[in-house]
Amino acid sequence: MARAAVLVAAATGADRAAVVRLRQVAKTYRSGTLEVPALRGISLEIPSYRFSVVVGASGSGKTTLLNLIGCIDSPSSGAVEVCGEEIATLSDDALSDFRARNIGFIFQTFSLVPVLSAYENIEYPLLLVGMPQAERRRRTLAMLEAVGLGGQAHQRPNELSGGQRQRVAIARALVKEPQVVLADEPTANLDSTTGASIIELMRRVQVQSRTTFIFATHDPQLMSHADETFTIRDGELVEHRKGDAR
Amino acid sequence: MNLLLKIAFRNMLRNLRRSLMTGSAVAAGAVALLLFGGFAAYIFAGLETNNVQRIGHLTVFRAGYFLLGAGNPAAYGIDRYRDVIELIERDPVVGPMINVITPTQSLVGIAGNFSGSVEASKTFLGTGLIPSNRERMRQWDEFRASAGYVPDRRMSDEDASRGEIGVGLARVLGLCGPLGLRGCPALPAARPPAGSAAGAASRELTDLAARDLAAEAQGSDPTPQIDLLAATAGGAPNVVQLVVGGAEPQGVKELDDNFVAMPLALAQQLVYGRSEHKATGIVLQLHRSEDLRAARARLTTLFKQKHLDLEVRDFGELSPFYGQVKNMFSAIFLFIALVMGVIVLFAVVNTMTMNVMERTNEVGTIRALGVRRAGIRSQFTAEGVLIGAIGATVGAVLALAIAALVNQAGLTWTPPGNATAVPLRLDVAGRAALVGGAWLGLAIVTTLAALLPANRAARLPVVDALRHV
Repeated sequence: MARAAVLVAAATGADRAAVVRLRQVAKTYRSGTLEVPALRGISLEIPSYRFSVVVGASGSGKTTLLNLIGCIDSPSSGAVEVCGEEIATLSDDALSDFRARNIGFIFQTFSLVPVLSAYENIEYPLLLVGMPQAERRRRTLAMLEAVGLGGQAHQRPNELSGGQRQRVAIARALVKEPQVVLADEPTANLDSTTGASIIELMRRVQVQSRTTFIFATHDPQLMSHADETFTIRDGELVEHRKGDAR
Repeated sequence: MNLLLKIAFRNMLRNLRRSLMTGSAVAAGAVALLLFGGFAAYIFAGLETNNVQRIGHLTVFRAGYFLLGAGNPAAYGIDRYRDVIELIERDPVVGPMINVITPTQSLVGIAGNFSGSVEASKTFLGTGLIPSNRERMRQWDEFRASAGYVPDRRMSDEDASRGEIGVGLARVLGLCGPLGLRGCPALPAARPPAGSAAGAASRELTDLAARDLAAEAQGSDPTPQIDLLAATAGGAPNVVQLVVGGAEPQGVKELDDNFVAMPLALAQQLVYGRSEHKATGIVLQLHRSEDLRAARARLTTLFKQKHLDLEVRDFGELSPFYGQVKNMFSAIFLFIALVMGVIVLFAVVNTMTMNVMERTNEVGTIRALGVRRAGIRSQFTAEGVLIGAIGATVGAVLALAIAALVNQAGLTWTPPGNATAVPLRLDVAGRAALVGGAWLGLAIVTTLAALLPANRAARLPVVDALRHV
């Protein structure tokens, strides 16, 4: 616990200001009288505009860490600061609005809205922030092109392959130009070739959009692209390593 | 909003079979409510039409008549009733509302048939009226609920001695044969006590009278006559003869056995003799029933201004049966509405609960994207409302079609209190309040039903929803 507390990612210069700060964050799940600690007092800082990876064995607490950073879960103790905002001070509605503006999600199972087309799925986050229609359309079409799905705009998720669905999910996460994109095992449900192209795509748009990507993954391919790697074991941060991908 | 409805509509189509089943339950509820509501509306219109044709919308009485006058109507005559009628007709508020205004005279007495072959008597409840005014009143059909106007020529203004009686009274007075009434048994022959000298004498007198009457009747009008005996307003007995122009069934046996309608002049002659002729009531039939309240209020004010000791009663007070039937049908309608509401409620709750369970992961996803709890609630509620609205609309269209078919089929029925059959109709078309009310009611029920599972979905923790498989 004490060791984890001192592991802080380096942040140098204005463009490397920490977009995520965790201070002594613990998360314990309760099931009846049973208490299961998922995170044990983690402190870390993740700099902006980086391709950061959280690695660890199954059950080590990677997803819990991402959920806390994504503001969809609250810590049992400690403080979480994302994009300069102390999360604990926000109401549920304010958290929703905060997520709508600042955070993009890419899920392992793609999690697209099945009744919406690729275009509509990508447009959805822009509707949530009340963007005018013309601008929505421009951004959505540009994002469709960026992920190579210009010809599949009107296809529903069940008409797309796994790789195409994940491209839609990436486009959906990036279209609103969030400060942070969280991706939980984004290549786990893809074959290695598709996974590689998806990683390449994410890397490319991350560089273009200067967005902070934070992944939880087992995928060695993905790890090899990381600017920062955080290793978690049994709910503790055991290693922080700066990569040489960039 | 657009996106909300788009997603709601597509999700409804996505689970088409389930949505169809739920929508069918809503549609069935709408059909049941509207058809029964249409039937009840027709009953109300029929009853109102029947009452208004008979006793008008409003009746002006001398104060106290309504509660105490039944035992002695003659004591409650309205003085100078023609002046009162003129006052009402000339009133700028009530005057234009009036279709017919006519005096009536109620009376009680004994009716007897002593034609020789029969000797029978019976107490009667009589009404004196102006035949032409009654005919005009019978043509009132604001709601088109009447069986159709058939002129009744059994009474006329020209013949002040001709009236009509109830079929029951005709039966009791032994007039079935002379009036040619079907299914009306003749009176059994009277059997005097055996060996009685008085009985023998009576038989001889009766036979003699019968021979005299038969002789008189040769070559004369065969229409039967009855004697009406009543006490005058002064308390003296008085008798008049009434030519029975016909018998009319009255629907209620007690009335049928006692009913006598006669020209007003004859009734007044019987009750008031040579003294001033009065009327117990002044009947007002309005052009439109919706003017009833305003007309009544105006009459009350008018009588107070003119210091007239008169009161106004509407047909609902004079005919409590109308209110009772209306209350009964309203209670049945409410019961059906409750049953249908519960069925719809459970159907929608069941469907929306399944939808929420199936889409828990989707709820987690869009919550993570930034949709507020209220957004999730609105999304699922919109789906329930959409199913309810479409189901209710389909149900309303079906009900209108079924009602049109029934109305075209030419079915008839005899409503309670009626003596004759009337066409069976379902008044759904044109009843905007009924259709709109049923539609809105079902929409509200489906909204409430959808809110329960929608609330559950909205309260789901995002992380738990995302983990849901």
